Amino acid sequence: MTIAKIRVELPAHLRTLARVGTEITLDVTLNAEGRVTPRAILDALEAAYPMLCGTIRDHVTHKRRAFLRFFACAEDWSHESPDVALPDEVRSGKEPFLIIGAIAGG
Amino acid sequence: MSGVRVLVGTRKGAFILTSDGKREKWDVAGPHFGGWELYHLKGSPADPNRLYASQTSGWFGQLIQRSNDAGKTWEPVGNKFVYDGIPGTHQWYDGTPHPWEFKRVWHLEPSLTDPDTVYAGIEDAALFRSTDGGQNWEELSGLRGHGTGPRWSPGAGGMCLHTILLDPTVPGRMFIAISAAGAFRSDDAGKTWLPINKGLNSQFLPDPTAEVGHCVHRIAMHKSRPGVLFMQKHWDVMRSDNAGDSWTEVSGNLPTDFGFVIDVHAHEPETIYVVPIKSDSEHYPIDGKLRVYRSRTGGNEWQELSKGLPQRDCYVNVLRDAMAVDSLDKCGVYFGTTGGQVYCSSDAGDSWTPIVRDLPAVVSVEVQTLP
Repeated sequence: MTIAKIRVELPAHLRTLARVGTEITLDVTLNAEGRVTPRAILDALEAAYPMLCGTIRDHVTHKRRAFLRFFACAEDWSHESPDVALPDEVRSGKEPFLIIGAIAGG
Repeated sequence: MSGVRVLVGTRKGAFILTSDGKREKWDVAGPHFGGWELYHLKGSPADPNRLYASQTSGWFGQLIQRSNDAGKTWEPVGNKFVYDGIPGTHQWYDGTPHPWEFKRVWHLEPSLTDPDTVYAGIEDAALFRSTDGGQNWEELSGLRGHGTGPRWSPGAGGMCLHTILLDPTVPGRMFIAISAAGAFRSDDAGKTWLPINKGLNSQFLPDPTAEVGHCVHRIAMHKSRPGVLFMQKHWDVMRSDNAGDSWTEVSGNLPTDFGFVIDVHAHEPETIYVVPIKSDSEHYPIDGKLRVYRSRTGGNEWQELSKGLPQRDCYVNVLRDAMAVDSLDKCGVYFGTTGGQVYCSSDAGDSWTPIVRDLPAVVSVEVQTLP
């Protein structure tokens, strides 16, 4: 089992909830090909910060909450499979995985 | 000297207002959970330092917060609300079948005797209970499953279980109300339920006196007479003297009998309060005058209370969970508005003063009377 240190940025409200700063670093298990996936990142995030369970993805279905988006390397990964391999820059720690709240009105 | 703690839920956070027994000078703490919708906060009758809060957001979903020190500090507890079994469908706005989907917790009702037991009324309407201080939640599925559930439909605000009353004298008896399904009673601590809507008349229904489908906005009771219930419905103020087996209209001389809140004087079981709202399509007071109405006869004869309340250009609403009473002498009455004001009367409604004026829109108000 290979572990990589992955940088993650949370939206403001979830930083407050988890009592963390702008960016956190998580130990994330890589897949069989040595790549990092959104699912693995979220699994690690929720294991480290259980109060975030249900706030990013549904408790049971693990479907991404509708008003949250996933970005990495200036690309939107929100509509990709949670098991998609993210860019190597995320795996290496050069780039963070961004969880962003939709900028809707109100 | 005794005091009061007012728990205010708003669209952008929670506020805790405290005062001594005079209720003249107030400390305002908050916003707690700034930026989130706080649908409801309530304290445990068994331990007044134990508070529960429903914290919700369209972005991040539902959280439940618990405090053990009267709201100074909070910790998130369990937020997993999963319907028991296969949820099935209820009616949608257009009458078509629609799957049950959890959206938020509308109301938290701590047990009268155990600070770790708390009930949650949710949208889409269902009743949950935790017995471990909110860490884990289990549906009391006898409510949704008793047979009428597929005929429930949402009101304009969603299909919400917004009121939970625990009978302090009859073990196992509890009442709930749902928009827009009606009122229901359990006599076995929530295992089995029956609709208690006989006597309600809702003209918007194909059958105005149907068993379910009524948009009940709020029910209230006095702890000394739990068999007497008062109801503010989508039109009509109602009363039952037999634990909901039947209802009679007591709107009487109200200028309009549409509204959301209803509550009972702490020491006078026949004294009740409502805030009349112009109509179901105009959710503001008639003529821009914010008025509370009080009946000392359990309905039918109502007295206007307006001293200290704005009597012009006031177009706020008072939402269903936004009125409460304390048990001091004289009874204090409180309500919050969608304009962000929280008003207090320390003389049972004869006069009113604002505690705060500029909060975010108020969703709920609860009061703890402190020793």
